[in-house]
Amino acid sequence: MPENLTQGKVCVVVGASHAGVNFAFALRKEGWEGEIILFDRDPALPYHRPPLSKTYLSGEGETELPPLKSAESYQEAEISLRLGVNVIEINRDQHTVTLSDGNKQPYDKLVLATGARPFIPPIKGIDTAHYLYPLRTVEDVNNIRMALAEGKGKSVVIIGGGYIGLETAASLKKLGSNVKVLELEERILARVTAPVMSQFFYDLHQKNGVEILTGKTASSIETEDEVNTVVCADGSRHPADVIVVGCGIRVNQELAEQAGLEIENGIRVDSSARSSDEDIYAIGDCTFHHNPHYDCFVRLESVQNAVDQAKVAAKSVVAAAIATSTNIEKDVIYDTIPWFWSDQYDVKLQMVGLSTGYNQTVVRKEESDNNKFSVWYFKDNDLLAVDAVNNAKAYVLGTKFIKGGQKIDKAKLGDPSVDFKPANLLVS
Amino acid sequence: MAQITFITRDNETTTVEGKSGSVMELAKDHNIKGIDGDCGGVCSCATCHVHVALEYFEKTGEASEIETDMLELDDNVTEYSRLSCQIEISEGIDGIVLHVANE
Repeated sequence: MPENLTQGKVCVVVGASHAGVNFAFALRKEGWEGEIILFDRDPALPYHRPPLSKTYLSGEGETELPPLKSAESYQEAEISLRLGVNVIEINRDQHTVTLSDGNKQPYDKLVLATGARPFIPPIKGIDTAHYLYPLRTVEDVNNIRMALAEGKGKSVVIIGGGYIGLETAASLKKLGSNVKVLELEERILARVTAPVMSQFFYDLHQKNGVEILTGKTASSIETEDEVNTVVCADGSRHPADVIVVGCGIRVNQELAEQAGLEIENGIRVDSSARSSDEDIYAIGDCTFHHNPHYDCFVRLESVQNAVDQAKVAAKSVVAAAIATSTNIEKDVIYDTIPWFWSDQYDVKLQMVGLSTGYNQTVVRKEESDNNKFSVWYFKDNDLLAVDAVNNAKAYVLGTKFIKGGQKIDKAKLGDPSVDFKPANLLVS
Repeated sequence: MAQITFITRDNETTTVEGKSGSVMELAKDHNIKGIDGDCGGVCSCATCHVHVALEYFEKTGEASEIETDMLELDDNVTEYSRLSCQIEISEGIDGIVLHVANE
C-alpha cells in the first residue's frame, strides 16, 4: 500500500466506547499511519458496557470494570486518548472540531461514535426525586451501589421492563434488594420478542422474587424526606428508596445535526459508514444504516453493531484516504446478521437476527431441560430471527440458517424428539 | 502465575504472563492478533477461538458443552478447540501453548 498517503493525516474520533475504541485500533491495523485522536467526555478509561447491568452491578466476578483496552495499548498503537474532553462543535468547511476548552482540533477524517444517552421521561417530580439513576455509565452503577451501601435497598423501583431494567432487577435482587419493575406495555420486552418470551422472563423474575407490574405508566414521583413514591396513571403508589430508570435512549446526534449532516433516526450513513459529508463517518448506536440481509434501514443498540461497523469504517477510511484518480476507492459494505445477548440470573438469552415483521413463531422446547428452549421467528417460510434461552446450539444453528437463507421444516423444528441437527431440520 | 504462549496465524509467537482472569483477557491486554473477544468474555460469540497445542490439552481440558456449541460458529474447529474466554488463568495452565484460530 502506498505508505505516504496516510502519513501526516489526522483522524479524529468522537466517542471512546465500543465503537470508537474498536475503530481506532482497527484503523491502525488497516495501515493508517497518520495521527489517531480519540476523544470522550467520560474520564474513565474506556470500559465494557454490558457488565454494568450484570456482573459489575451485582459484584460477581468483576470488582473492577474490565477496560476495552489497557492504557498501555493506546500508547503502543500511538492512539492519542483524550478523556474528559467534550467535543462541542464541528466546522466542516475548516475541517476542525471545537473542544470544550475552546481549542480547535483539525481533522482529515472525522468519525462520530457519540452513541446514546439514557432517556429520562418527563415524569412530574422526577427532578426532585432522591436516589434516582439511569444505567448507562460506570458512574451510574457506582452511585447505585453507594445508595445500596447506605441501606437504601429496601425498596427499589425500576421504571422500564426492557433488557436494562430486567438485568438490573436480577442484579439488584442478587444484592438482596427488594425490587419492583414497572413496565409501560402490557408485557415486558413487548417490542423485541414474542409473547412466549415475555412470559418466560416474567415467570423467571417472579420466581426470583422480583415483582413485575405491566401496564403501568409512571405519571409522577412524590418525594418527602428523601423517600420517593412512584405514582402511576392507574393511581397505584409504589414506595421507592432507589429508582432506576431504564426507559431507552436518545441518540447523541446533536453534534452531527448542528453541523448539517443528514439525520434520520440517528446519523444516517451509507454502507461504508459514511455520513452525508465525505470526510465524516459515524458508527455504533448513533447510526441509521442499511442492513443488506433484511434490506431495511435500522438503528441498532448493540455491541456487535458497534464493533462490526467500526471495523468496516476503518477499512473504508483507509480506502478513501489512499484512493487516487488511478486507484479507485473500493467500496466496503457493512453486511452482518445482528446478534445480541442478555444475562439474567442463571439464564443466558442469545438472540440472532431481526424479528421485525414476523408472522409465525415456532417454539422448540428441549426435552432434557425446562429452562432450555428457543423461539424461531418466521415471515412465511423465511427464518428471520432466533431467541435462544440457555440453548447455544439453537443460537448457532439459527445463525447458520439465517445466513444461509435455507428453508426449514417447521414441524421437525418444533419437535424436540427430532435430533437438533441441520440434516434433520432443513427442507431439501 | 502462568506463562502462556500464543502463536498467531502469521506465526508470530508471544509468551506472556498472567495472574488471574481469562486467557482471552490476557490476550487482549497484550494485543494478540486474532483474539477479539467481541462479547466481552461471556461465551456469546466465537472470536476468542484458540487451538490448544495437543501436548498441553490435559492442562486446559476440553471445551464445555456450551463452548462446543458456540464454536460451531467458526469454521476451523478441531478437537483441541477452546474459547479462550472460558479458560481461567491458574498455575495449572502454566506453560501452555495456544494457536490462535483466526486472523
